Amino acid sequence: MVGIVGYGTYIPRHRIKVEAIAKVWGADAPSYERGLLLKEKSVPTPDQDTITMSVEAAKNALRRAQIDPSEIGAVYVGSESHPYAVKPSGTVLAEAIGATPEVHCADFEFACKAGTEGMFVCIGLVQAGLIRYGLGVGADTSQGAPGDALEYSAAAGAAAFIFGDDKVVAEVEETYAYMTDTPDFWRREHQFYPEHGGRFTGEPAYFKHIMGAARGIMAKANATAADFTYVIFHQPNGKFPQRVGKMLGFTKTQIEPGWLSPTLGNTYSGSSPMGLASTLDIAKAGDRILLVSYGSGAGSDAFIFRVTERIDEVRDVAPRTRDQLDNNKVYIDYGTYAKFRGKIRKAT
Amino acid sequence: MSSPRYWREIPQRYRLEAGKCTDCGNIHFPPRLVCSACSGRQFETVKLSDEGTVFTYTIIRVAPSQFVDQAPYAVGIVELDDGVRISAQIADVDLDALEIGQRVRIEFRLIQNEGEAGIICYGYKCVPA
Amino acid sequence: MRDVAVIGVGMAKWGELWDKALRDVFVETALLAIDDAGVDHIDSMYVGCMSSGLFVGQEHLASLLADYLGIAPVPAARVETACASGGLAFRQGWMEVALGQSDIVLVSGIEKMTDVTGDGATYALGTAADQEYEGYHGITFPGLYAMMARRHMHDYGTTREQLAQVAVKNHRHGAMNPLAQFPFEVTIDQVKSSVMIADPLRILDCSPITDGAAAVVICPLDRAKTLGDKPPVKMVGSGHATDTIALHARPDITWLSATERAAEAAYKMAGVKPDQIDLAEVHDCFTIAEICVTEALGFVDRGKGGQAVESGFTALGGTIPVNTSGGLKSKGHPVGATGVAQIVELTKQLRGDAGDRQVEGARVGLAQNMGGSGGSTLVHILEAT
Repeated sequence: MVGIVGYGTYIPRHRIKVEAIAKVWGADAPSYERGLLLKEKSVPTPDQDTITMSVEAAKNALRRAQIDPSEIGAVYVGSESHPYAVKPSGTVLAEAIGATPEVHCADFEFACKAGTEGMFVCIGLVQAGLIRYGLGVGADTSQGAPGDALEYSAAAGAAAFIFGDDKVVAEVEETYAYMTDTPDFWRREHQFYPEHGGRFTGEPAYFKHIMGAARGIMAKANATAADFTYVIFHQPNGKFPQRVGKMLGFTKTQIEPGWLSPTLGNTYSGSSPMGLASTLDIAKAGDRILLVSYGSGAGSDAFIFRVTERIDEVRDVAPRTRDQLDNNKVYIDYGTYAKFRGKIRKAT
Repeated sequence: MSSPRYWREIPQRYRLEAGKCTDCGNIHFPPRLVCSACSGRQFETVKLSDEGTVFTYTIIRVAPSQFVDQAPYAVGIVELDDGVRISAQIADVDLDALEIGQRVRIEFRLIQNEGEAGIICYGYKCVPA
Repeated sequence: MRDVAVIGVGMAKWGELWDKALRDVFVETALLAIDDAGVDHIDSMYVGCMSSGLFVGQEHLASLLADYLGIAPVPAARVETACASGGLAFRQGWMEVALGQSDIVLVSGIEKMTDVTGDGATYALGTAADQEYEGYHGITFPGLYAMMARRHMHDYGTTREQLAQVAVKNHRHGAMNPLAQFPFEVTIDQVKSSVMIADPLRILDCSPITDGAAAVVICPLDRAKTLGDKPPVKMVGSGHATDTIALHARPDITWLSATERAAEAAYKMAGVKPDQIDLAEVHDCFTIAEICVTEALGFVDRGKGGQAVESGFTALGGTIPVNTSGGLKSKGHPVGATGVAQIVELTKQLRGDAGDRQVEGARVGLAQNMGGSGGSTLVHILEAT
């Protein structure tokens, strides 16, 4: 049966606290900390981007998969912050892990859903027998305009999943996709920062699509919330996944292992895939996991996984997500953050 | 940096591919056509170790044009666990706490780019292990 | 092979020569050497220049300079081995005369470095390192020597103070050289509190960016006696050696093996030992470089270069005065010119013509000129006649 053969994540070491951002803009930090359940977020250094984080996450996935990278037949990188407007991120990734030249490669973009898109397509290709292994990556170095609400959450991170039908650590039991045209968040060509529809990003966008996808896949699998050990939803902040989980009948215990956003922020295409990786880090054979992503524009991909016994062999051959999140942190001030993110530029 | 110059070294920059002399076993990074130890001309491709120790280091405070934005940054000569020494930036490190003998590992990073319109050049850096 | 002598030297004031083009800097200096030699023609010329292409956008340099000096159509060649280009030009000229191919040869070195910005110069100089495996990572020349310094301090206990003493000594010497770019003294505190460039090296540990040229006229020793009115200085030893240009590829990064090899060859040819050297001009592009060079030349034991400067062993009045001209540090370092300027200083000293900085009774002088982080080195030994 097709499933996840290896998984890995990467989180940059630098962090900025929500209060450090709020102080600069005269905003009310507690409203973000308590209202949106955001404490701090990861920040990439100027030498880290979607490509570099994808490579490191994919190397961790390969450590767990223990396969020959030349047997990977597809490499897909999903991101809204591909470093090039034209020229794939995936070619660099494929070359860096030694998967070239017999490999299909594409970059995906669908706001925060681009990561699960690559995973979705890999599952299909493996199932169809077109490739032996497929690598799907979600990664972003998301940007929020200075002072905008997004600046408190837009973070950096990557998750990589290798799919195949042997050496599986989590079988794919079901997939489902739910999509409409909903302009809740966008970035036009040549614009540096995205725009969004404020509260319109909530009910008609995030909640409608996540609930549509979650209900759809559970109906397809004839399952209820109680049938899952764990669930992961896209995490634009700390609050939304908790709220949508409650609306769908999930408990905090089911959500907790994959709920990274309070101290990670929103890693966009990396967000729910990183939550899945973090959940796999503690899952046991037989556990069922529901994953529902969300990308503005708007749509959700949903997956049901069942963990196999191989998970115990691979769990600790690469860094766990929570360990990367909680350890070796370097806090920076807003000035350093602004420099790192290109919000201020040095004279040349 | 021009595309061909960057592209030609991709196996070394991305994957640390080296040449191991099949006569004397010396590992050359980058690969060579003639072994500087024994003049052998047959090599096999090997991948360098991705962990090592800082052999020496400095902090670059006055940088060449393509690196001005990054300064100050640490660079070092790192002895990888297979005995091969490489020069690389040492990233994510407290510049005041760096020391000879410190353990590091290889990470894939952006190395340089020329302005906003040129190619982006990637490769290896070291980070604290 | 014929014995060869230096019969004329030329050097004008070094510094930031804003109003002079590269060709003018050259011609002015070459004429000083020709007039000093008292010759009425030149048979051939060599010019050492590291990077006129990057610094002023001019290649095909030797013909241009021969033309402007008014000596075309004689053969003229530019040679390059990074910062040792001047030393190499001298060696090429010596071989041409020694082999009997030419009689009167003009050897010059030149660099015009201030037409580019600071980072442009850093970049141009950086091309003397391994561009794909050092330069690619943002490593500069001060960076390479800083890494040598860090390791020398780690391995031998060399101190920050001793590094500063090299600068202090060479500035003290340079203050007596009116042609130097920075002919003034500096204190240890000034060096130790100057701007950090690449830890532990500060700006006063580094040689400057300089415009300048140096030139010498050489000829067979037997003809030297009939030309001009200055005592000829005999070229008695020459050595040239290479090493990896990537610093990380060397088994011991503080040991300048190309300097050791080039010196061995020059000592052997001259039939002298290090303790017979009366003075030396060495490549102190950074303070740590002079410390490593004095060790590799055999003036002091391995690891003792720092102590040598501290004890005054290498100062004027010491056992082997090093860099009486002020060295690259105080005199300036127009890279291609440096190797030839060392010959100019030795010639003045061996003629007894060095003024306030004259080494009493100097008979044998050594010049050591190196490229990059030590990937190429020229050593020459001259003797008074």
